[in-house]
Amino acid sequence: MNPILTITKRELGGFFNSPVAYVFLVIFLLMTGAFTFFIGQFFDRAQANLQPFFMWHPWLYLFLVPAVGMRLWSEERRLGTLELLLTMPISPWQSITGKFIASWGFLILALSLTFPIWWTVNDLGSPDNGAIFTGYIGSALMAGGYLAITSMTSALTRNQVISFILSVVICLSLVLCGWPPVTDPLAAYFPNWIVEGVAAFSVMPHFDRLQQGVIDSRDLIYFISLIGFPLFATSVIIRSLRS
Amino acid sequence: MIKVENLSKTFGPKVAVNDVSFTLERGEILGFLGPNGAGKSTTMRMITGYIPPTAGVVKVGGNDVTEKPIEAKRLMGYLPESAPLYTDMTVEGFLGFCAEVRGIKGADKDKAIDRAIDMCFLKSVRHQSVDTLSKGFRHRTGFAQAIIHDPDILIMDEPTDGLDPNQKHEVRSLIRRMGQSKAIIFSTHILEEVEASCTRAIIIDQGKIVANGTPEELKAKSELANSYVVSINGTEASAVRESLGSVIQSAKVTIVTDKAPIVVARVFPKKAGADGELGQAIFDVAAQNNWKVNEIKKEEGRLDDVFRNITLSDNQVQ
Repeated sequence: MNPILTITKRELGGFFNSPVAYVFLVIFLLMTGAFTFFIGQFFDRAQANLQPFFMWHPWLYLFLVPAVGMRLWSEERRLGTLELLLTMPISPWQSITGKFIASWGFLILALSLTFPIWWTVNDLGSPDNGAIFTGYIGSALMAGGYLAITSMTSALTRNQVISFILSVVICLSLVLCGWPPVTDPLAAYFPNWIVEGVAAFSVMPHFDRLQQGVIDSRDLIYFISLIGFPLFATSVIIRSLRS
Repeated sequence: MIKVENLSKTFGPKVAVNDVSFTLERGEILGFLGPNGAGKSTTMRMITGYIPPTAGVVKVGGNDVTEKPIEAKRLMGYLPESAPLYTDMTVEGFLGFCAEVRGIKGADKDKAIDRAIDMCFLKSVRHQSVDTLSKGFRHRTGFAQAIIHDPDILIMDEPTDGLDPNQKHEVRSLIRRMGQSKAIIFSTHILEEVEASCTRAIIIDQGKIVANGTPEELKAKSELANSYVVSINGTEASAVRESLGSVIQSAKVTIVTDKAPIVVARVFPKKAGADGELGQAIFDVAAQNNWKVNEIKKEEGRLDDVFRNITLSDNQVQ
C-alpha cells in the first residue's frame, strides 16, 4: 500500500477510536443547523438558496477546524513518535500529505452529512443546484485552507492549546481582512491599493464567488495556495526541528 | 554495513558530536558507552537519518543517509530513546502500521507481526491498547517495531533502560541472538551490558570517541589489569610490602587493607613482563617466607575503571 494511504488510515483510525470524531460530528451538525435556521432565518427569508447556511461556515470553521487539526504534529512531538515516523523509509512529505488528507477527509465527511439541508431547500423550492454544489466545494476548500494552517501551527509546538490558539488567530485574520466592517474604516486612512492588497488575502470574497456559482480560476488558485503554502511551511518547520 | 566518517553535529555554539568515525560489519554488536550528554543519542539520530549532520557522512549499506534517506532507512530498525509509541493503537495495530509503512502487506504482514510478537514476548498484550501497557511491555513493543521488517541493521538507544532485571536479561539475550546475523548498535551506560553482549565497544565523551575496541581490550587499559591481589594471614604489612617489592617483575606494591592478622596487598606488573610470570614470582616469595596465603587472584581489569578514567580525565570532575 502507498505509504501516504497507510498514514491516512492510521490517522483516521485515531479519530474514530476516540470519542473526538463523534463529538465533533454532532457539534458540527448541531451548530450548522442552529446557525442556518435560528440566526440565518432560513424560513423567514423564503428564498430558495443556501446562503444562510454557507454564510456561517467561515466563522464555524474558525474554531472547529483548528480543533480537528491541532493534534496533527504537536501530539507526535509530545509523544516522541515524530522520531519514529521520520526514521521510517518514507519522506516527510508523505507523512504531511497523509495526515492532511485524513483530517480533510474527515472534515469533508462532516460537511457532506449536512445533506438534509440540501433536501430541505429542494423540497421547498427550486434552488440553483449548481451554485449549491460550488458552495459546497468552496466550503470544503476553505476547510482545507484552515486545516493546512493548523497543520503548520501544530508543527510549531508540542502544546495543542497553543497550536489551537495560533491557528484561530491566523484564520481569523484571514477572514477579517476582507470583511467590510474591517475594510471600510481602513479605506478611510489608506490608499485603495493597500486596502485591496490586504483584502485579497481574505477567504471571504473567494468563498462568496463560489457560493454564487462562479468558478473563477483565481479563486481556485487562491484556495490551492492557501492549502499548499502552509503545508510547505509545515515541512520546513519539521525539517528545522531536526537540526 | 555502516560507515561513519568524520561525523560532527553542532547545536548553535554547542558541539554535540565532534569528528566521529567508525565502521560496523554484519555479525558485530557495538556497544555505545558514555556519560549522559556525551553525544550517543545525537550520533544514533544522525545514523538513522532523524537529524542531519553538520559535517561528515553516514553510509548505511552503501547509501548516503543524507542523499538516499529512503534506501538507507529501509535497511535499519530503530528503537529511539524511551521507546515512543502511538498510544491510541493496540499493540497489534501499531505493529501492523509499522509493517505497512515499511511496505509489508497482506499475509507477509501477519507473519511479520506474529514473528515480532513471539520474539518480544508480547502475546499476552497483543490486543491491548498501548496506553494501558506497563513500561516493560511498552519497551518491548518498541523493540518489536524495530525488528518488524527483520532489518540487517538494528540501532537501539538504551534498549534496557527502565526494565527489571529479568527483562534486561531477556533483551540482552535477544540482542546476542540477533547479533549473529545483523549489525547492531546499542547505547547504554550499564557496563555489564557491554561485557555481556557486545563484540565491540566505543566510549564516547564530549562528542568524541575516546576508546574503541573489544570489551577485553578496553578492560586491559585499566590500571588494575593483570595486577595480583594477595591476601596473607599473620604477617606484618611492612614485611609483605618489602618482600613483594623486591620481586623483579613487580612495578609497585600497594597495601589494600591492613586489618591484623590479615594483610591484603596488590602487586602491579611491569609493562614488559610476560603473562603469568608475576604470579609465579609471588608464589615463590610466599613459599620462601612461609606466608599463610588465604587468596591470590589476578585482576582482569574493570570496565568501569576504564570508563571513569577516560571520561573523567577531561573535565576534572571527582
